[in-house]
Amino acid sequence: MEALVSQLFAGLSLGSVLLLAALGLALTFGQMGVINMAHGEFMMAGAYTAFVVQKSIADAGVSLLVSLVIGFLVGGLLGLVLEVTLISRMYHRPLDTLLVTFGVALVLQQLARDVFGAPNVDVRAPTWLSGAVEILGVGVPKTRLFILGLATLAVVALGLALKLTPLGRRIRATVANRDLAETAGISTRATDRLTFFLGSGVAGVAGVALTLLGSIGPTLGTNYIVDAFLVVVVGGIGQLKGAVIAALGLGLLQAGIEYSTTASLAKVLVFVIIVAFLQVRPQGLVAVRTRSLA
Amino acid sequence: MTRSIRTTRALALSSGALVALLALSACGSRTDDEASSTSGASCVKTDGDSIKIGFLNSLSGTMAISEQTVRDALDLAAEEINAAGGVLDKKLEIVAEDGASEPTVFAEKAEKLIKSDCVAAVFGGWTSSSRKAMLPVFESNKSLLFYPVQYEGLEASPNIFYTGATTNQQIIPAMDYLKEQGVKKVFLVGSDYVFPRTANKEIIAYSEANGIEIVGEEYAPLGHTDFSTIVTKLKGSGAEAVFNTLNGDSNVAFFKEYKNVGLKAETTPVVSVSIAEEEVGGIGVDNIVGQLTAWNYYQTVDSPENATFVKAFKAKYGDDRVTSDPMEAAYTSLYLWKGMVEKAKSFDVADVQAAADGVSFDAPEGTVTVNGENHHIAKTALIGKIDADGLIYPVWESDGAIEPDPFLEGYDWAEGLS
Repeated sequence: MEALVSQLFAGLSLGSVLLLAALGLALTFGQMGVINMAHGEFMMAGAYTAFVVQKSIADAGVSLLVSLVIGFLVGGLLGLVLEVTLISRMYHRPLDTLLVTFGVALVLQQLARDVFGAPNVDVRAPTWLSGAVEILGVGVPKTRLFILGLATLAVVALGLALKLTPLGRRIRATVANRDLAETAGISTRATDRLTFFLGSGVAGVAGVALTLLGSIGPTLGTNYIVDAFLVVVVGGIGQLKGAVIAALGLGLLQAGIEYSTTASLAKVLVFVIIVAFLQVRPQGLVAVRTRSLA
Repeated sequence: MTRSIRTTRALALSSGALVALLALSACGSRTDDEASSTSGASCVKTDGDSIKIGFLNSLSGTMAISEQTVRDALDLAAEEINAAGGVLDKKLEIVAEDGASEPTVFAEKAEKLIKSDCVAAVFGGWTSSSRKAMLPVFESNKSLLFYPVQYEGLEASPNIFYTGATTNQQIIPAMDYLKEQGVKKVFLVGSDYVFPRTANKEIIAYSEANGIEIVGEEYAPLGHTDFSTIVTKLKGSGAEAVFNTLNGDSNVAFFKEYKNVGLKAETTPVVSVSIAEEEVGGIGVDNIVGQLTAWNYYQTVDSPENATFVKAFKAKYGDDRVTSDPMEAAYTSLYLWKGMVEKAKSFDVADVQAAADGVSFDAPEGTVTVNGENHHIAKTALIGKIDADGLIYPVWESDGAIEPDPFLEGYDWAEGLS
């Protein structure tokens, strides 16, 4: 029983990490059809932001919260620059965006290595996040709970923003039918830019959160980018709901298999299951209904 | 069909290609050496004022974190040797290459260094897979590699000098230490590749012979960053100590998780064999203070040679930099090569090989001596404890230098390992 609860939680927490990593992608890839391989590097930028902020604000608790805000802006601005300079020239050419952004990812990695040095750096976790709390007789690390909470918050905030705000309505209209949205007076160019800003900003936030769990180095992003794409593909393009279900599902699956086998085998089996699943349902869990004829 | 499905296909395709690429790079090793095996003649030029040597380390990719530090130490040694007049009155001319953390790239660059740059010897490599990929290149081209990192043993090539520790100079002393401390239950955690798998085979054999129970053995893929499941299993296993052979970034995630679930160095110490001074800062001293490491050198080693080495290193690279075991082994390797060449009075590989036995150097770690038979060097084993200042202080040391025994021939329990 105890093992079950603890694995259930391990799966949820892994899922929440995947979700944070994939959430921004669900927006930029899902809504705009842009394969952004530099998404992981935006996460890395968020993580380094946390490192820089902590250097100026010694109190780990305050610096974490400040980093979340600045990390969002840093990720968002990087995304905005990428969108304006490169991506905007190659919409509807997903494979080209893959190559271009992969190049950008390598440039950003080397840039980080030059600026911060090759060795990893560390961000201290605030004291109120150290240790564990007892849930159903199982010690659950507070950092994991925090990330779970953060992922939930990000999903709710993004969901509400898409549903209720004028920007959200414009995004949804552009996704549903770009030409018609244009005719209705929506500047799809501006919408694209803002969507990219938002999605990349979430990557920055994810990066800040990851400093609580793992290493902060130039290659931080590459550790997560494939998993993040898997979540978006399995979830189905264009819907947050799909990303949420896929992330938590894959997290639970990975943790469950890993408990009874090994970490390496779990990775392989999860991959096999995903491939099998996509054979049956290539559109993913949740498919967006679009009026676009393309 | 709608656009969304087409884009899904495109992504499925491209992510498939990506995975295939990753898989390829993971198991890459070249065997197409038939062209080179026929010609053994070296093209090393020895008639000028300088002699070319090659440095081959990963300056990009996942291993850059560690290998950059080795390159820094090699550069320092070359600079010192040149300032003191060079080797056999010839200045060292460095040809530097980036192994890019890919075994295949290491093999290609090694071939380039030997065949088109005509270097007299190559210094570098870190992962065992990079060494295994380079080994046939050096053997078929009859050239020399100086490899500076502790590894899993069970190897000896006439064309490689191993200046890091082999198993009986690091892993076995670490187990000896745990046994002396009365530890009866050990949990093994490692990255899923050649070094941890082989090291753990040896640890298991040792444990069976010494009444220690292995209560768990877990491997994580390289780059794995989610250790909640492994740490959960560890916590429930009743382990009294953990033997850690994780590599690279995984250590950070592991130690953060370890601390988060409330495991402590005082009650369940972790002995690591791949964490040195450089890595401590990146893991975060708070997360790892009090944990143990097994090496042959620490920055805190008390010797005049080490004081000079540390001072020179900090003068060149900055006060905030630290020195570590692989860096010291790389630094030492260049001096050992110099010693062999001077003893042989020749840069010729066969002469250097013949002169190698007994060449010694007063290294920062203490005096080291080359074993001409297996090309490893005698080293003193040190168990160190990580202190709050980020440095590692020795808490135990072996009785003098331990003779290298890469095939563990001197240990009854190791029979049948390969």
